[in-house]
Amino acid sequence: MSAASIALNRFGLGNRPDQPVPADPKAWLTGQFAKYDPKPDAILAAPTSAGVSAELAAYFRDQRALREQAKAASPGAIPPRTDAMRAAAQFARRAGRQDYAGAIGARAQTALVTDTPFVERLVYFWANHFAVSADKLELTGLAGTLEFEAIRPHVLGKFGDMLGAVERHPAMLLYLDQAVSVGPDSVIGQKRGGKVGLNENLAREILELHTLGVRSGYTQADVTEFARAMTGWTVSGIGRAPGAKLAGTDGLPGDFLFVDAMHQPGDRTILGKVYPAGGVAQAQAVLDDVAMNPATATHLATKLARHFAGDSPPPAMVSRLQAAYLQSHGDLPTVYRAIIDSPEAWVETPAKFRTPWEWSIGAMRALGQKTVDAQAVTGLMTQLGQPVWKPGQPVGYDDIAASWAGSDAVMRRVEAAERFAQRAPTTIDARSLAPKLFPGALSPATTQALARAESQGQALALLLVAPEFQRR
Amino acid sequence: MLDRRSFIGTSALGLAAALAPRMAFAKAATDRRFIFIIQRGAADGLHIVAPVGDPAFAGARGAFAQDFATAPKLDATFALHPALVGVNALYGQKQALFAHAVASPYRDRSHFDGQNVLETGGASAYQLRDGWLNRMLGLLSPGEAKAIAIATAVPMALRGPHEVASYAPSALPQASDDLLQRVSMLYAGDSQLHGLWSEALATRNLTGDLAADNGKTAAATGALAAKLLAPADGARIAMIETGGWDTHADQRGRLAAQLKGLDAMIGALQTGLGPVWADTMVLVATEFGRTVAVNGTGGTDHGTGACAMLLGGAVKGGRVIADWPGLGQGALYENRDLRATMALDGFIAGATAAHFGLSGGRAMAALFPGARGGKPVTGLA
Repeated sequence: MSAASIALNRFGLGNRPDQPVPADPKAWLTGQFAKYDPKPDAILAAPTSAGVSAELAAYFRDQRALREQAKAASPGAIPPRTDAMRAAAQFARRAGRQDYAGAIGARAQTALVTDTPFVERLVYFWANHFAVSADKLELTGLAGTLEFEAIRPHVLGKFGDMLGAVERHPAMLLYLDQAVSVGPDSVIGQKRGGKVGLNENLAREILELHTLGVRSGYTQADVTEFARAMTGWTVSGIGRAPGAKLAGTDGLPGDFLFVDAMHQPGDRTILGKVYPAGGVAQAQAVLDDVAMNPATATHLATKLARHFAGDSPPPAMVSRLQAAYLQSHGDLPTVYRAIIDSPEAWVETPAKFRTPWEWSIGAMRALGQKTVDAQAVTGLMTQLGQPVWKPGQPVGYDDIAASWAGSDAVMRRVEAAERFAQRAPTTIDARSLAPKLFPGALSPATTQALARAESQGQALALLLVAPEFQRR
Repeated sequence: MLDRRSFIGTSALGLAAALAPRMAFAKAATDRRFIFIIQRGAADGLHIVAPVGDPAFAGARGAFAQDFATAPKLDATFALHPALVGVNALYGQKQALFAHAVASPYRDRSHFDGQNVLETGGASAYQLRDGWLNRMLGLLSPGEAKAIAIATAVPMALRGPHEVASYAPSALPQASDDLLQRVSMLYAGDSQLHGLWSEALATRNLTGDLAADNGKTAAATGALAAKLLAPADGARIAMIETGGWDTHADQRGRLAAQLKGLDAMIGALQTGLGPVWADTMVLVATEFGRTVAVNGTGGTDHGTGACAMLLGGAVKGGRVIADWPGLGQGALYENRDLRATMALDGFIAGATAAHFGLSGGRAMAALFPGARGGKPVTGLA
C-alpha cells in the first residue's frame, strides 16, 4: 500500500469519489484534530439518553400503575399479567428498537459525510473499548447514547475525562449492574437487610477492561473494595426495582446520581492505597489513579497499536505509545500523534482485516452515498455479523482478523456487495473509481477482474470484495 | 489410503509403529459426531445441577433453592433444573451425564481469559494460539476431520492449522453464480481469501436453501447444526456458541429462560440428527462457575467450580460424576466459590477419546499439552 492509501484506509474510513487523494498523508491526518465536530447534524438529531430515559421512566410508571390496578381487582391473589401490561411492554420494546436504529443511522450518516474520518475511527475504537451491549430493554435505546455523550466529547481530550464520563453514563451504570449495587452497611443496606447488597460487576470490568487490564496485578480483594467504593453511583428514575426506588426521584430520568444512603461508609484500600471515606469523590479518586497507572497506559497502548499496526502489536510501538500517554498525563491527541509517527503503522502490507462496520462504511463511501436508511444499516450489520453496540459481552468486539475473516463472513460480503452494486448509480465506473480508493495500491489481479467484468454493476461488486477492500 | 504424513511415518518408524495410528484411524473412521456447545459468561452449575442433598445448599442459596422444590432428582445429592425437560428425559434413557465441581486450569475470574483457556486448552490464557477442537481434527482420519462453526466467523476452540468452515443463516439474497465464479478468480492469488472462499463455496453447496431458515432461536440453531452434521458427507464436528449466562442480577428468571433455550437446542439436535444421534456426543461447558452465595442483586458473581454435560446416544449417561467438595464452611475455594475437584481438561480428553476410539493419553497430550500429569476421565462413552 502507498502512504496515501494507508492514510485513507488504515487510518481513515475509505475514500469517497468526490474527495481528492491526500497529497501529504500525515498532515491530512493531524489536520483533522482541529476540524473534528463532536456534534455534527446527524448526532444532534439522534436520540439522547435523557429522551430515552424519559420514555423508559414513563413505561416503568405505567407498569407499576397497571400492577396496582390488577392487585386491586383481585385482592390477595398474585395479580395476573394483563393485556394492558403486555401492550405496554410491547410498546416499550418497539420504542427501544426505534431509538437503537435511529442512533445507528446517525452514526452511519456521520461516517458517510465526515471530513475527519480518522477521528471518527477513534470514536469507534473507544466506544468498543467501553462496550455496552444493546441486549436488555433499557440498553436497546441507551447503548448508542454512550458513544454520543461520553465518547465523542472526549475523543480528543484526556483519557481520564472520558473514563469519568463513561462510568457515570446511565448505559454503563445499568449495563454492568452498578445502579443496583448497595453497600451492606449503608443506610439502605441496613434497612433492607439481605434484600439488597453489593454487585461487583462494574468495578471488576473497570479494572479488567477499561483501565489496568487483566492480569496486571490487582486481586479479588481490590475488586471487592473498589465495588464498595462505587456503591451509591446510580441512575435516576429508570433502573428496575429495587434500584429505581432506592435512587429516589432526584434529578431527571437517566441523570447520574450519587446516593449517599446506598454508599458503603468507611475508608477503602485499593492496590495498596487507602482512600478515605468521601462520598462520590472516593471512587472518583480511584478512577483518577487507575487512569494514570502504568498498567493502564500499557493496556491502552497495546490495543491502539493492535488497531493500527496489526493483530500482533509491535512491542517498540507499544512502548512509545505508553510513554506518550504517561508523559502527557493521558492526553489522547499526543498518543494519536505518536501512532502517526510510528513507522510500524505505515508498513505497506495491509495490517488488518476490515470489520463488518469498516467494510460497510467503506463500501457506502466508495459509492458516494450521502444518506442512509437507518433500518437497512441496522439489518445489514446484523447480517454481516457485527450488530452495532451489541457485542454481547463487556469486552466489546475483537480487533483481530480471526474474528472477522470467516468463510461465511466473506460470502455475506459478496452477497451484500452485489446488492450494493445493483442499487448504485449507473454513472460509477469501477475502473476509474478503484485508483481513487487505493491510490498506488491496486493489484494487477483486481485491475484485470474489473476490466473483464460483464457489466458496470458486476465490476462494482467485485471492487467491493477485492482483497484491497477486505483489508486495510 | 495413505496420505503423505502417514507415509513418512511408515518409512521413519517402521511398520509396527505405523500400525498404531492407522488402527486409531481405522477405529476413528466411524460415523461419530461431536458437538461442543460453549456457554459464554460463566453458567451457574449450582443452579443447573443443584446439590440439594448438600446440607449447606438451602442456606447458601436462599430463594434460589425454591426452583428445585419439585425438580427431578438425579441421585441422592443432585436435582436437575426443571427447565431442562428434554435433558431430564435423556438422563432417564442414560444419554445424559453431568460432571460437577469441574474447572479448567484457570483460577482467576475474567470471562475472556477463562474462555481463552477453555477454548485453547492451554494451562493459562494466551499460552496457546490454536484451539483444542482444531487440534482434535489432527487425531481423526482425514475423511472425518471436517468441522464447522455455527457462526459467521470461527471461534477460538476451532481455530488452528486445520481448515474449518463457518456457517450461519443469512437473510441476504444469494449472490449470482457468475459473480461467485469471478470472485473465485479474483481470490486465486490471495492465500487467506482463497482458503476462506473455497470453504464458503463448499458449505453453500451443502446447505442448499438453508438461508430460508430462521436461525434466531436456539431450536433453529440446533436444527441448523443437525442439518450440517447429518449427511454422510457432512461435518463431523460442530461448535455452537451460546451467551447470556453472566447472571449478576435476577438470576432465577434469566437462567430459567436460558436453560429452556438450551433444552430446545439439544432437542432440535436430537430430532434433526435422527439415527445419527446414536453416534453423537454433545459437550456443554462454560469457562468457570459462579459464587456459592447469592449477591445483593438476586444474582451471583464470578466463581470457580462449574458443571459440564455430555449428551447423546454415545454417552454412558444416567449419572452425575463428582468428587463433591461440599458447600459448608471451610469447604469453599477462597471462601466464596465451589471448589474444583475434577479437571475439565481430563473430562474433555476422556470423553472425546472414548467417543472417537483414541487412547486417552494421546488425546490428553494433543488437546491439553500443558496439563502435565493430568489424567483423562475414563468410561464416559
